[in-house]
Amino acid sequence: MTMRLILAVAALLAGLSTAGAQAPNEPQERLDIGVSTNEIAITSDFSGADITVFGALDSADPFLLDLGEYDIVVALVGPQRETTVWRKERVLGIWINRRSMEFEPVAASYSLSSTRPVDLITDNIVLDRYEIGTDNIRLVPTGSIGDGSNIAEFRDALRRLKRQNGLFERDPHGVDFVSSSLFRASIRIPANVPLGEHTIRAYLFKSGNFIMERDASLRVVKTGLEQFIYAMAYERSFLYGLFAVAIAMLTGWLGSVIFRKN
Amino acid sequence: MTIYLPIAELSVNVFVILGMGAAVGFLSGMFGIGGGFLITPLLIFYNIPPAVAVATGANQVVASSFSGSIWHFKRGSLDLKLGTVLLVGGILGASVGIWIFTLLRRLGQLDLIVSIMYVVFLSVVGGLMLWESVNSMRRAAKNETVALRKPGQHNWVHRLPMKMRFKKSKLYLSVIPVIVLGFAIGVLTSIMGVGGGFIMVPAMIYLLRIPTNVVIGTSLFQIIFVTAFTTVVQATTNYSVDIVLAFLLMVAGVIGAQYGVRVGQKLRGEQLRALLALLVLAVGMRLGLDLLVPPDEVYSVITQGVGF
Repeated sequence: MTMRLILAVAALLAGLSTAGAQAPNEPQERLDIGVSTNEIAITSDFSGADITVFGALDSADPFLLDLGEYDIVVALVGPQRETTVWRKERVLGIWINRRSMEFEPVAASYSLSSTRPVDLITDNIVLDRYEIGTDNIRLVPTGSIGDGSNIAEFRDALRRLKRQNGLFERDPHGVDFVSSSLFRASIRIPANVPLGEHTIRAYLFKSGNFIMERDASLRVVKTGLEQFIYAMAYERSFLYGLFAVAIAMLTGWLGSVIFRKN
Repeated sequence: MTIYLPIAELSVNVFVILGMGAAVGFLSGMFGIGGGFLITPLLIFYNIPPAVAVATGANQVVASSFSGSIWHFKRGSLDLKLGTVLLVGGILGASVGIWIFTLLRRLGQLDLIVSIMYVVFLSVVGGLMLWESVNSMRRAAKNETVALRKPGQHNWVHRLPMKMRFKKSKLYLSVIPVIVLGFAIGVLTSIMGVGGGFIMVPAMIYLLRIPTNVVIGTSLFQIIFVTAFTTVVQATTNYSVDIVLAFLLMVAGVIGAQYGVRVGQKLRGEQLRALLALLVLAVGMRLGLDLLVPPDEVYSVITQGVGF
C-alpha cells in the first residue's frame, strides 16, 4: 500500500518536473475554433451548402509554422445512425436482397477538410485512433455475422456507397492559413445531409504528432413549412393522413368544377 | 427549380414531378383510368424510395378518382349497395396489405415484391388488353358486333351461396365474389399504391356480369374510400405519405386529365385500348428488366428511417 503510494507520488513529481522543464522554452500550442453558424436550415430549395470554420493557432513556433509543420484537420461528423448494408444476389434469375449486415451506429455523414491529404499529415495508426478520414471511421457489425469472412466487403460497400451519395466527402486542401495564426476551413454540406446534431471536430498536428482537438456542434434542421410537415407527419400522423385525403378530394373537386365551366 | 420533399427527404426537380403528373393525368383522362399503376413506377424510376412512392401514389389516386366520380355521383350511375359490399372487402384487404407492406419493409424485401407485383400485373393486364383490342379491331374490320353481356347466361360465380339482391344492377348475386374482389383490390392498393380500377372494371364486367353503366361509378366509389383509408393508415404506420409530392402530382394530374378526356373522345375505342395496352406492357417490361439485368451495384445501404 505505502509502496504503491510512494510510486504514485514519484510518478506525479516526475510528470510535473518534465512539464515544468518543457514550459519555458516550448509552450503548448493551442487551437480554438469558431463557426460561421451553428445551425443549418434546410429550406425547400436546399441544394447543399458550405460552412466556414475559423480557427486560431496560438503559441505556435514561427519557425515550424514557416516550414509547414503544423497541420489542421477539420471534420464535420454527422449524427450516429444504425445502418444496414444489403447485398443482392441472383435467385431464380432475379436479383434480390439476400444478405445483410447491421452496423453499430455510424456517422450518417462525414465531411473532411485539411491543410493537405491526411495520409501525408500523419500515419495510419494515429488516424485510426482518432477516426480521422472515411477509411478510419469505425464500422462495428452487430447481430449475426456468420464466420466474419465477409465483414470487409460489407464495410467497403458501405464506405463506397456513402462516398457515391456525397455523404462521405473530403477536401484535402480545404484548410488555408489566412495569417500566421489564423486559418479558415471550408466544409461542404451535401444536399442530402442528414438532419440532427452534427459535430465539428478540429485536430491540430505538429510534425505528424497529434497535439489537441477542439469540438463544436452544428444542428441541421428543417425549417418553416418543411419542418411543420415533417413534424405533423410523425407526431400527428392520423391528422396528417386525414389532411392528405382532404387535400386530394379538394383538388379533385376543384379540378372538375374549374374545367366544367370552360 | 428544385423542391425539397419533406418525407422522401430529397430534393427533386419540380418540373419533372409536374410533368410526370400531367402526363399520367393526360393518359388517365384519355383512357378513363386512375393512373396509380403508372405514377408509382415512374416515381420509383425517379429514385423516390418505393415505400414513399407507393403511399403517395395511393394519395394521388384519391384526387384523380374523386375528380372522375363526381360526374357519376350526380347522375347516380353507381350501385351504392354493391359499392358498399365491395368496400367492406376493400377495407379488410387494405388492412392486411398494410400489414404485409410493413413486414416486407422490415425484411428489406419491399422493393422486390413491389417490382414483382408490378411486372406480373402490368404484363398480364397489358397482354389481355392488347389481345382484346386487337381482336375487336379485327372484328370491326369484318363488321361483326359482339355483346359484352349476354343476358341469361350464368357462370360458376352465380352458383355461390349467400346471395343478395342488388336492385340498381338488376342482379341477384352472392356476396362472396364481391367481397373477395374488393379484398384483392384493397391488398393491391396498399402494396402497389394503385386504385385497382384496371383489374376491378374487367372483373366486374366479365366475372360478376355487372351492367357496364354502373361499373365505372361503383368501382370509383370503392376506390375513393379504399385509397383514402390506405393513405391514412400508411401515414400512421409507415409515415411514408409525402404530401408535397402528392400535391404536385394531383394538381398536374387533374389539369392533364381534362385535356386527356378531350383527346380521348376523338380517338376510337379499340385503338385507344391497344395504345394503353402497349404502354402498360412497356412499363411492366422496364420494371422486369431491372430485376433480371445484373445491377451495377449489388449493395445498398439502409439508414434508420431514410434510404430504404
